[in-house]
Amino acid sequence: MTTIAIPPGMPQYDDVPRYDVAKVRADFPILDREINGHRLVYLDSANTSHKPRQVLDVLAEHYARHNANVSRSVHTLGTEATEAYEGARAKIAAFINAPSPDEVVFTKNSTEAINIVAYAFSNASLRPDADPRFRLGPGDEVVISEMEHHSNIVPWQLLCERTGATLRWFPVTDQGRLDESGLDDLITERTKIVSLVHMSNILGTVNATARITERVRQVGALLLLDCSQSVPHLPMDVVDYDADFIVFTGHKMCGPTGIGVLWGRAELLAAMPPVFGGGSMIETVAMSGSTFAAPPARFEAGTPPIAEAVALGAAVDYLSGIGMKAIQWHEKELTAYALDALATVPGLRIFGPTVPVGRGGTISFALGDVHPHDVGQVLDSLGVQVRVGHHCARPVCTRFGVPATTRASFYLYTTTEEIDALVAGLEQVRKVFD
Amino acid sequence: MQLDQLYQEIILDHYKHPHGRGLRDADGGAHLAEAHHVNPTCGDEVTVRVATDGSVLTDISYEGMGCSISQASASVLHELLRGRRAGEAFEVHEAFVELMSGRGQVTPDEDVLGDGVAFAGVARYPARVKCALLPWMAFKDAAARAGVGVSPEVKA
Repeated sequence: MTTIAIPPGMPQYDDVPRYDVAKVRADFPILDREINGHRLVYLDSANTSHKPRQVLDVLAEHYARHNANVSRSVHTLGTEATEAYEGARAKIAAFINAPSPDEVVFTKNSTEAINIVAYAFSNASLRPDADPRFRLGPGDEVVISEMEHHSNIVPWQLLCERTGATLRWFPVTDQGRLDESGLDDLITERTKIVSLVHMSNILGTVNATARITERVRQVGALLLLDCSQSVPHLPMDVVDYDADFIVFTGHKMCGPTGIGVLWGRAELLAAMPPVFGGGSMIETVAMSGSTFAAPPARFEAGTPPIAEAVALGAAVDYLSGIGMKAIQWHEKELTAYALDALATVPGLRIFGPTVPVGRGGTISFALGDVHPHDVGQVLDSLGVQVRVGHHCARPVCTRFGVPATTRASFYLYTTTEEIDALVAGLEQVRKVFD
Repeated sequence: MQLDQLYQEIILDHYKHPHGRGLRDADGGAHLAEAHHVNPTCGDEVTVRVATDGSVLTDISYEGMGCSISQASASVLHELLRGRRAGEAFEVHEAFVELMSGRGQVTPDEDVLGDGVAFAGVARYPARVKCALLPWMAFKDAAARAGVGVSPEVKA
């Protein structure tokens, strides 16, 4: 084996931040479970991640000690709950380097966050006095890509139906990368918004956004990044990425279900009409009409998921404590290991980049002609939990000519032994179906 | 091993060597109708075509794409119901649906269900029951369209 020395002055291998995976695993009670008589091998974190004790404790503690409604009570519990809820907002803002906590809108999940933006466009399009950046009509265009999750396709299809605008999309290359060759024809002066996945939930591709952002700025459109799969796995800096909106969801980043985030530039959120009407989102209400609160409250009608938001704050603390750079590097090493290991399985075909560059730790594949349901079932009998199906990204399956795929996805607690268990399990699948 | 209950030899056999696969036209005079069913969670699909002279199901042909359970189930359906009188076919249909809805508590009658008894293990896997039922639900629709009797409503 040859050793290649990295020249002095360059970042050295040992400079990369690392952490003790065994210690991290001990924080996740569910990882002790047995499944069908085998040790749990959880390779479905792109679907939902597990939650560390530190998050579960905060969730229980909130209900046990600080439970009250937020933003409306003068009593002590109400004040504590409000401080915890707004404190979580500040933590999340810092986590993505948002200039202000007021740019963080709590939602139910990424899907709701995208729909809020789409419906803000819709509502603005009905009002002649609305900000022209949000007004859509025939001749205007919305741009997405072929590698989107259904949640970043369907809301825009529906918006275009309502407004008469046209939906266009980036194709995907055979290697599973975004095909940017038609960038200048695709994003034009007609484009009002580009809504693009940052990391594909099925191909694992991490899209390089710089060229797209530059073009978006040139034509004066807006840019939304769906960061559901990236914010949990790599350092995110909304200023550096120069996006207008990003969305992500709590349950994929060690937080609870029922809480997600829409981040938007303060100036843009302020220009958006409300979407859901109700309590908390108003300034004043009269029978003759109402005026609305400033963001983020304008977009948080009704009692929000308080405990979930607080627990998401704890999740962000937990991830920051380990370090997002260290988590990103851990997953990069796992991905490199897994791509090599899967390449040894006869008849296995990977959909998406086959090198651990510009991709995350989510790997979709086919095993010969064996249907993914059957692959997943045999793996489950060995304790290996993978996702099978179209992963809510049917256009990607169609693009690659398969009805479904099997997908293994990693997170901060995943080990190389678990990838070995997957590979051994695939051998078992081949035995059953050969 | 639990897995053997699910992937019985019979199921794998029907999957690897399907009986009567491929959509066929009817012999002169028979009524022909088909139904295409999809499992939206996994994308499995099957088209079942029923040919009937009004009382006998003269042929049941099918085409599909999907997991071993759904495709083997279509093969078994073809074996069991082709050439049967509509009334008998629906009795078998009902017995199969009852077996699949039984969460593993129903003991199947081999005289009625033939190779279909191999699916008893599938009933223990709620996530896979829909796979097994896919061709049977398509058959029910196709038969209704062909103008032969309809079995009672079932919940998949």
